[in-house]
Amino acid sequence: MNPCNDARYRLTLAEGYLDRAEQFYADASWHDCVRDAQAAVENAGKTIVACFTPVEKTHEPAEQVRVLLDEGTIPDPVCEMVVEALPALEALGWREHIQATYGDEATFTPPWELFNETQAEGALTAARRAVVAAGEVYRTLFEPLVQMVGITKRFPGVLANDHIDFEVKAGEVHALLGENGAGKTTLMSILSGLYRADRGEIYIRGQRVNLRSPRDAIELGIGMVHQHFMLVEPHTVAENIVLGLKTPRFFLDTAGAERRITELSEQYGLQVDPRARIWQLSVGEQQRVEILKMLYRGADILILDEPTAVLTPQEVEDLFATLRRMAAEGQAVIFISHKLDEVMAISDRVTVLRHGKVVATVNATETSKGELARMMVGREVLFQVEKKPVKPGKVILRVEGLRALNDKGLLALKDISFTIREGEILGIAGVAGNGQRELAEVITGLRKATAGRIYISQPPNHPTTQPPNHPTAQSPNHLTTQPPSYRDMTNCSPRELIRQRVSHVPEDRLGMGLVPNLAVSDNLILKSYRDPPLAKGPFLDRFSIRNFVARLIEAFSIATPTQETPVRLLSGGNLQRTILAREISIGPRLMVAVHPTRGLDIGATESVRNLLLEQKENGAAILLISEDLEELLALSDRIAVMYEGEIMGIVPAEGADIEEIGLMMAGTESQ
Amino acid sequence: MMIPLKVEKRLAPSRTAGFLVPFISLLLALVFGGVILLVAGANPLTTYKAMFLGAFGSKYSLSETMVKAIPLMLCGLGVSIAFRMLFWNIGAEGQLAVGGIAAAGVALFWADGLPEALLLPTMFVASFVAGALWGLVPALLKAFIRVNEIITTLMMNYIAILWVEYLFYGPWKDPAGYGFPGTAQFPEAAWLPRLPGTRVHLGLTFGIVAAVFIWLVMGRTKWGYEIRVIGENPRAASYAGISLMRNIILVMILSGGLAGLAGMAEVSGISHRLQKGLTVGYGYTAIIVAWLGKLNPWGVLLVAILLAGLLVGGDQIQITMQLPAAVALILQGAILFFMLGGELFTRYRLRLEWMPAEQALSPPPIGGRGSEP
Repeated sequence: MNPCNDARYRLTLAEGYLDRAEQFYADASWHDCVRDAQAAVENAGKTIVACFTPVEKTHEPAEQVRVLLDEGTIPDPVCEMVVEALPALEALGWREHIQATYGDEATFTPPWELFNETQAEGALTAARRAVVAAGEVYRTLFEPLVQMVGITKRFPGVLANDHIDFEVKAGEVHALLGENGAGKTTLMSILSGLYRADRGEIYIRGQRVNLRSPRDAIELGIGMVHQHFMLVEPHTVAENIVLGLKTPRFFLDTAGAERRITELSEQYGLQVDPRARIWQLSVGEQQRVEILKMLYRGADILILDEPTAVLTPQEVEDLFATLRRMAAEGQAVIFISHKLDEVMAISDRVTVLRHGKVVATVNATETSKGELARMMVGREVLFQVEKKPVKPGKVILRVEGLRALNDKGLLALKDISFTIREGEILGIAGVAGNGQRELAEVITGLRKATAGRIYISQPPNHPTTQPPNHPTAQSPNHLTTQPPSYRDMTNCSPRELIRQRVSHVPEDRLGMGLVPNLAVSDNLILKSYRDPPLAKGPFLDRFSIRNFVARLIEAFSIATPTQETPVRLLSGGNLQRTILAREISIGPRLMVAVHPTRGLDIGATESVRNLLLEQKENGAAILLISEDLEELLALSDRIAVMYEGEIMGIVPAEGADIEEIGLMMAGTESQ
Repeated sequence: MMIPLKVEKRLAPSRTAGFLVPFISLLLALVFGGVILLVAGANPLTTYKAMFLGAFGSKYSLSETMVKAIPLMLCGLGVSIAFRMLFWNIGAEGQLAVGGIAAAGVALFWADGLPEALLLPTMFVASFVAGALWGLVPALLKAFIRVNEIITTLMMNYIAILWVEYLFYGPWKDPAGYGFPGTAQFPEAAWLPRLPGTRVHLGLTFGIVAAVFIWLVMGRTKWGYEIRVIGENPRAASYAGISLMRNIILVMILSGGLAGLAGMAEVSGISHRLQKGLTVGYGYTAIIVAWLGKLNPWGVLLVAILLAGLLVGGDQIQITMQLPAAVALILQGAILFFMLGGELFTRYRLRLEWMPAEQALSPPPIGGRGSEP
């Protein structure tokens, strides 16, 4: 028999007997009370036994439990409970007592009348303790800490969660795997009280709960670490951690908080200085603060939404060590991800979602990357993109000694120099925050350079823009006839750079790349509304725009109900396709793409990568900034590694040594 | 006890709510005003009836309503186009005032030197330019050194208003005016033609033409597109190479210019002189007009007429019911208050939620005695 089912059956019996014993006690039927209390204790003992090994009829349960304890079969988290329950299990040796007094026959029909109120009370107390202990042991071992049943959540036009059943046990790292838009984050937002499910039930430790807010969730021990950190930058770590707690009414006990934080960070290996201010911390450290914040609030169910996106490989290892330690202490960790390697590396079980439904829940040891990928996308996945050899042409972009400040006024770019040729992709690797964003902004005219030069080659024949209604660029053959002439584009306005056909796929899609409330059509013409044929003098030519937009929607398979739909209603992949469609529509000679596939599902990632390669084949020079080394290796011709505003080295992508790149990302100069 | 209500963000603004909210808000504002009227000892229903008839009940009252609607339209349109770009122009009152000054200046001092037919067009241009320049100052300050436009536009109102007073109390005072404050009456060639038998003047067409113009600009031109992009996402605008500076300046020229035209319409269409009563708060009410009209030019026209009706109706009950005209202002404030409060319901919804009863654990089955498996 399945140990779980057997144990549950016995626990139910034990609870039933206990209930009846209580009733008899209330009715002053002392003998009946003792009889049922005994049965309750016996079944409680058997429950504990059944949790680990089949129950043997020939042995007293208490005896068997003791054997299990001695053998060391009982695992750590429940061992203590069992030890505590043991006296209660043994205190009720009524059977021996009766046998000794009245002989074997009496065991089944004992003279119950003998028992008085005191004995009944003793028996009942023991029974209560035994049943509670048995219940705890059973629940800890078998009952999921979290159980979500039939969760359904509908957003306008999207069924984000469709009758999802999901459970997490104590002491496991449970990965929630799925493409973007599969419903992972929605499901976890429901569990953390951010959203409410339209339908379905949530049980925490077996109790049905109604989560109305994140506060309700945190009171039940559910804490979520979001992709975007919610920290107050000028405040210290300790202040951020106690922020929003109910306990410090007026005065902050900072010293006490700091002590507790230090304890926690030592316990889980989350190294961070509680007195440091948030803005001084690296992204990885900020993430630790977020985790500590949840632990400080007593969370034992920790949800991490794509936690590794912002970390270096080393930091990922540290994080995983922390997560393992938490699981070992009986906490549950839910790990949202779409990166298969990580899921395989860290999780005990994996639940795969696709299109808002659960595909399967599998043990990580019993599956493979390939199988997970298949479940995730519903088809075989190619992990390689087709990279056709393109012979790089003349230099399109030349950057010399570029310097620029970041938003805080600190030097973010320190003498950056490189070139990109037509038909070439230069990948920029590096941990987020090492100047990549500033580099992209300076090149696209959104940030001023304080020193250095940016030169862009001039097309020999057409000094002005080419008509914007060509979804693809001209073939490079036209461009290589004359020796290139260069123009100094340092600190030119974005508009002049657009005129030079420099396109920019920005990092922040909705914040910068798109106007969320405006229509898809309005967003698609953002770079080309100024010139004919879309414009006629000061007027917009609505007919041309309609055709232009229709062509782009068709060519880039943007899934939108109408041209007039506000772009914010589109899914992540379609948002990015909208941006790419627009940026490619200007026929780019230079393309700056920042994290072009971040947060996209496998299907959308593939299509974005292929679009970039197509532009490269068409002769565009591409500056690709990405955190995904695999992507950089797959797409780039050369990879430059940035660290603290400097280029540590530029290596050819083919045959690149990942370890060397990793070292450079961590600040070691290339040999 | 828990309040069984929860405010939830809607995923998309509700169309039904967007349609219903103005009506319900208006109703609530009237109820609220009714309570105040009751306290003041008046019958709310008869008062409202008197107000309505006073505003729209006769040819005379309709004409008066339109007269007041004209400056509200022009200022409201001006304000709304600045608001579309998130430029908070609170300065329509001042822009109206300098428009009035410019028009009066032309009418008073250039009338002899200009052909009669050119007098009104000159006044028109002068008032537009004056309002535009007045609006340009905060725009330049904002565009180049990021001075908060709310403060500058507001402060410049006081300068303009006091300047108007200085002029008609001082240098421009009518020498033949028996000491009454105010300039001399303009020559008739400087009067805007009126609809026969009413005080409704040509300014109404300014308003309508301006609405059509703005509607065309916003929907059909590159400039309107840029304004929409800036208003919705300034970062995306910079990213697309749209110049914020240029647009702030251009929009404020139009915004101030339209308010300036309202000043000309007032002096040239109604008072025929510069006198007290030019700046009675149209420029501020225009903010309400723009907002209630949802920054849409047609909405602004409609709301301008309704609010003008409210003001005229308020004046009427002062006469017919001996109630203070301030009732109208209270109502105006209440409508705005409820309307803006009601906006919440287009973006959020209330949900009744009864805590589901704690589920009892199902009672365990109790078998016979004994504990055999």
